[in-house]
Formats: sequence, C-alpha cells, structure tokens
Amino acid sequence: MKSITEFLEQTAERYPDKSAFTDEKTSADYKTFTQKAQQIGTALTSLNKRNAPVAIYMNKSVACAESMFGVAYSGNFYIVVDSKMPLERIKSTFGVVNPVAVITEKELADNIKQTGFEGSVFICDEISETPVDKEKLKAIRDKMIDTDPLYCLFTSGSTGVPKGTVISHKNVIAYSEWVVETFDINSETVFGSQTPFYFSMSVTDVFSTIRTGAELVIIPKQYFSFPVKLIEFMNNHKVNTVYWVPSALCIVANLNLFKYTKPEYLKKVLFAGEVMPTKQLNYWISYFPDVFYANLFGPTETTDICTYYVVNRKFEDGESLPIGNACNNCDVMVVNDEGKECKPDEEGELYVRGSFLAAGYYNNPEKTNAVFVQNPLNSAYPETVYKTGDIVKYNEYGELIYCGRKDFQIKHMGYRIELGEIEAAAGITDGVQVNACLYDVNSDKIILIYQGTTEKDAVLESLKKRVPEYMVPSEIIKIPSMPYNSNGKIDRVWLKNNFKTL
Amino acid sequence: MEDLLKILEEVKPGVDFTKADNLIESGILDSLSIITLVAKISDEFDVEITPIDLVPENFKSAETIYALIQRLED
Repeated sequence: MKSITEFLEQTAERYPDKSAFTDEKTSADYKTFTQKAQQIGTALTSLNKRNAPVAIYMNKSVACAESMFGVAYSGNFYIVVDSKMPLERIKSTFGVVNPVAVITEKELADNIKQTGFEGSVFICDEISETPVDKEKLKAIRDKMIDTDPLYCLFTSGSTGVPKGTVISHKNVIAYSEWVVETFDINSETVFGSQTPFYFSMSVTDVFSTIRTGAELVIIPKQYFSFPVKLIEFMNNHKVNTVYWVPSALCIVANLNLFKYTKPEYLKKVLFAGEVMPTKQLNYWISYFPDVFYANLFGPTETTDICTYYVVNRKFEDGESLPIGNACNNCDVMVVNDEGKECKPDEEGELYVRGSFLAAGYYNNPEKTNAVFVQNPLNSAYPETVYKTGDIVKYNEYGELIYCGRKDFQIKHMGYRIELGEIEAAAGITDGVQVNACLYDVNSDKIILIYQGTTEKDAVLESLKKRVPEYMVPSEIIKIPSMPYNSNGKIDRVWLKNNFKTL
Repeated sequence: MEDLLKILEEVKPGVDFTKADNLIESGILDSLSIITLVAKISDEFDVEITPIDLVPENFKSAETIYALIQRLED
C-alpha cells in the first residue's frame, strides 16, 4: 500500500463500528471517520492542486484529525497550526509554506483574515457535509506515489525563522509499522493522547491507531492542571497506553498523585521529547511495577523516533536512562568530528539513515543541505543520512546514551561541559522537582533554574558533591513553577531570554 | 481576600478578578498559571494544596479560590 488513507480504509472495513478518535465532546467510529475524511477530501478537490500545502488551523479535536486525513485524500499535504499561536508567528509560518487553503473552525476564521491570508478558507463543519466523489478520489490515488508529502511539521528554528520538515506517506508507513510491531499496538489499544497534532510525537499515536483499529482519546489540555480529573477521564475512557512528554509524567509524580487516585487500565507508558528524570520514573514504577515503560528518542526529521530503550532494569535516582538502540528498519551511527565512526566509548554525533528520514525542509535548500548529507561512511553510491545534532555514546551494555545537544555543549573555563549532566545531578537533590540549566554566553555563566521545595543553598551543596567544581552553576534561581512551551516541554527559549528578570 | 487578589493580579495582570466568575472556561487561568498560582498560594497562606483540591470547581473565581484557602486553613 502506498497511501496512508488505504490503511485507514482497510481498518474501517475490519472495524466499522469501533471508536477511532474521541475527544471531550464527541467520538467517531471508523466508518464515520473515514467518510468524513473523504467528504473533506472531496471538497478540497475544488482547489485542483496536487502535493500542495493546506493549513489546518483548528483546536485538537476529532474534526481536526478528520481534516488531516481529508487533506491526504485530496492529494495534498497538511500543516497543523496551533490555534493558540500568536498571529505574527502564523504569518511567518505562512510566509515559508504559502498554503493554498486553510481549513478552520467558525470561531477561529477571523484570526485567519487578520493574518492577511488571501487563499481559500474552508470551515471544517461545512465542507465535511460534501457528498463523496469516489471517482475523483480514486483518480487522485491512482496518480499518487508513496514519496508524496503527507504533512509538513514546523519546529522553531533557533534563528527565529520556522523550519518545516516535509514527511511523506512512505515515511509514516515505515515508521508506524515499527511502532505497531514493537509496542504491540492493536484493536484493544486505547491511547490517552497528550501531545498536540502539530508536534511530531502525535504521529506515533495517530498513525498506529488507524493502522490497527485502536482508539485515540484526546485528553483535554487543562486536565494536566487538574490531575484528579485527568485520571478520572483516563479511567472513564479505559485508557491503557500513553505516549507523553516527560514533563507531563513528572506533573503526576511531583504532586504524588497516585497517593490519591490511580489509572485503572494502564499497561504501557512511553515517553520522548526530552530527558525523563529517573527520580520521577521510579515514582511511576513504584506504583505500577508491571507496566511496560519505554524511552523513545528522535527528531521530527526522522518522522518521530530513531532509537528506543525498553526499561528492563532498575535505575538509581539521577542515573541517566539509555536511549537504547535503533528501531527496526532504521539505522544509526555515531560519527566524530572527522567524519569517521566513533570507537566504542567515544562521544560523537548521532547520524540516521533509512525510510524514516524526511525529504528535507520546505522551501529551504540551505538548511536541508546542511543536515541531510551524503553518508560519510559510504562513498560508493548516493545515500542520504540525517545529522541529528545530538551527542551520544555507547555504554557497557551496548546501548546508546544521550549526552546532550551539540549546540548545548559549552566550553566553560576551558572544559567541555554538557548542561544535561548538571541537570541530572540537580534532579536527584531532594526537593528539586524540575530543573533546567542554561549557559549565558555573554557573562560566561552557568545558570541553574529549578522548581521545588528545597532552598538554593541545599541545591548548591548537593551539586558540589556530584559534579566537578567547573560544572557548579555560578547562579541558582528558584522559581515557583517551570514554564512549559505549547508542546508541554520545558520552555528553554523563554528561560534563556528571561532568566535575568526571575 | 486582598492578598489573594494581589497574587491573582501578579499571575495574570489586567483581569478584574472581583468580577470574573468563569476563570477556567474562559481560559483566563491556563494550565501554567494554575500551577504558578497554587505555588504562590501555598507560600503566602502556608497551606498545602493537594491534588484532591486541584479541581476546576475550586478555581472558577476569586471567591471559590478564597473559600478553598479558608477550608485548608481550618
């Protein structure tokens, strides 16, 4: 099969009446979901475009998911835009990708006008009533190939101009096959979906769901501030699988939530997107020792993930969790500055090759060519690898360990320092709930920012015991609560720009 | 109540908290500001807000938040 929509149809035939996507207000079974997607797809054929960008500016909902598949039916590719995103940022995203149309909700349509967008604006509720034109949709499918784009996902470029990674049907088909086989996703699976549809992690939930007849339940974001409701919601929907950012798992652990209420159906806990602190992971394991835990690792450019580690042994608080080994049908290598493969215990940059690799960045050959390069270990034939910018090394078990970002690696007093190592050390201190470490180039200072119940002096004392003198932060700031970005990760950009005012 | 209004003003400037009575549904208090608010209240009033108290009903308005604090102080 070459199109992701074929997988959807196959599942709809097998499980027509089973719930596919559910949100707080509504739920769609596979038959209805597929039909809605085809109706939206039919409406979009009026654009007469092929492989063109269509923006979806909607709240995370069943209708938003239907629109994503609708765009795929129309032979185009989608860009999900955060409905809370500042209009200026939408403008700069549209500046890069120049969508031919926007699908939105009635209540949000005004915002699109304000960005000065001049293309077609479709209201999802209206176009999802269009009668399906089977012939037109078939003609589109007959022409498409599996390397055609399915979606484009924007990440914040460090320079301020957003970068749009183009992901094809083939990428998602290869990637979701790995997800399904590795984590045994099946028609009994009920995902409690935390990550937004404009974030690469959601790809794992969405496409493994439609391949297998699982159910994806969208957890309303505000429940993460009302965690008792969160658990109640998960239990009502019989959620048995979660794939969350560690920050979301940590909220639960830091509030000692399981003392008060527990998820009843939980079987699998997967996480990715940032480093999972072992202290909070151990909290989860202490309450749910029989649950399956896995640490997934990878960038948007490899669809979502390239390596993973199934937690199979005990970790001390503060010990770092491996990122494991390459996914099936994906290969990784550790390369040093000379472009040679690293020795077993040497640190180097992680490179990835295989079918999970994106084509590159939309309208940005320069950035694409900088990181999608010829495999330095193969000069015999053209083969693209992706340079992740992540520094890794192998441990004594032959598992990869994440050491930090190439751009987080700092030189301080002549030493090469990984800020992540300082964070891990600060994280084990009693009373430190979350922390982030920054390096201010101008003042050549390491700054530790934390949220917790303990005082600064105690954190400093604890760090002095665990890291060498040159890694001890010159400034420690205690804040009432850590800022998070829209993906639910610690907002490091905000911290960097605002730490002086804290 | 005065102290609470001051905290609310700090967390979310520019809202008339004496009148607003749907702080959650209207989105005035989002996930982040609730966590910040809880931390500040715990500090200022020396009360322990447990997950059980973290429900939307307790955060609908300044009044309901104040009632929660009084309950916890007892």
